[in-house]
Amino acid sequence: MGKTKDHLLVTIAGLVVGIGAVLLTAFGNPGNMGFCIACFLRDIAGGVKLHSAEVVQYVRPEIIGLVLGAMLMALGTGEFRVRGGSSPALRFVIGFFVMVGALMFLGCPLRMVIRLGGGDGNALFGLAGFAAGVVVGSLFLRKGYSLKKAHPLGKLEGGVLPAVNVVLLVLLVAVPSVLAFSAEGPGSMHAPLLLSLGVSLVIGALAQRARLCMAGGIRDAVLLKDFHLLYGFAAIFAAVLVGNLITGRFHAGFADQPIAFNTLADGNWLWAFLGMALVGVGSVFLGGCPLRQLILAGSGNSDSAIAVLGMTVGAAFCHNFGLASSGAGTTTAGHIALLLGLVVVLLIGWCNLHREAQS
Amino acid sequence: MTKVDARGLNCPEPVLLTKRALEQGAPVVVLVDDKTPLMNITRFAENAGYQVSHELVDGDYAITIQA
Repeated sequence: MGKTKDHLLVTIAGLVVGIGAVLLTAFGNPGNMGFCIACFLRDIAGGVKLHSAEVVQYVRPEIIGLVLGAMLMALGTGEFRVRGGSSPALRFVIGFFVMVGALMFLGCPLRMVIRLGGGDGNALFGLAGFAAGVVVGSLFLRKGYSLKKAHPLGKLEGGVLPAVNVVLLVLLVAVPSVLAFSAEGPGSMHAPLLLSLGVSLVIGALAQRARLCMAGGIRDAVLLKDFHLLYGFAAIFAAVLVGNLITGRFHAGFADQPIAFNTLADGNWLWAFLGMALVGVGSVFLGGCPLRQLILAGSGNSDSAIAVLGMTVGAAFCHNFGLASSGAGTTTAGHIALLLGLVVVLLIGWCNLHREAQS
Repeated sequence: MTKVDARGLNCPEPVLLTKRALEQGAPVVVLVDDKTPLMNITRFAENAGYQVSHELVDGDYAITIQA
């Protein structure tokens, strides 16, 4: 009985994420980007001037809402447990390269599903790459991969990332003049603040309760033949697809998709595939996709807070050094960074196989 | 009885350790420090046909898995 209730919860959480994504897009967020953790962390990095790409600067209330929603739910259910110290520097590096992969593809795993639900065929290469990456990461887990144990820490430590998000919200509302705001491009497209914040608070709380994770679904199916988290994955896709069909936003095809490059041109399919493969491996190594890292960081997990900081700094590097893709296509600098990222992340995996400890 | 201390480990490591311990035979007692691994291990072991119960011990969860 408990099992059915769990499946129902994760399905409802997925449906709400999907509906929320369509709703926020209808009210102004960029196309097929109701929620994208990678894009929105990148926009926040721009909003606080860590990078100066003028088209992607906005302190996204969605990120703030997800973290705070998760925190409120965790506090309310007594699940706010402060833990950390499991290879924090390595998690920062993995988070950094997860962002390099996501900004090559132009989306986190959540946006990948949202793009699929909008008819963006390019996301199929991303999905294939992501699944391949998660399978590779799962094989490392089976061989004894671990970043070692986290330990209980003081309450204040777990409050750091939520506090950073409260400060961002205060700045956004009270002194927006200190932040950067895009006048054009994706960063200029956004739903009204209160709507973004409200929807993401609800989704943050639900995602915390349901343990929604894009990487976990495929990983658990491979390792444990447990399809529980895939219910959430499928529910997001279904809700976005139906929502887009109703609001007239479903456009099947490869060319001219919103905030996406055509994977059928210039061999770009390979980079979409490899970008999401890096996101897949990195997400398994971190113990969850970028969305899950945000939710965990809101629930007192200091290791996930470090991963989120790594992703944010990674996003700034991606735009400061021209690594990020755009609607026009991928970049050579991005290709180099991506291949480097794959080598570094796989090396981190290799160096953290602890077969003897696991047997 | 096999005892597994999976406190502080990322998901799905606690489930994998449980799975490995069960391959040596039940009963197994697994110690975890968070509700997520508690739910994951319970779901895994029940799916595999085991009887699962848990109790709170000093703020951690002790999960007992029996055939």
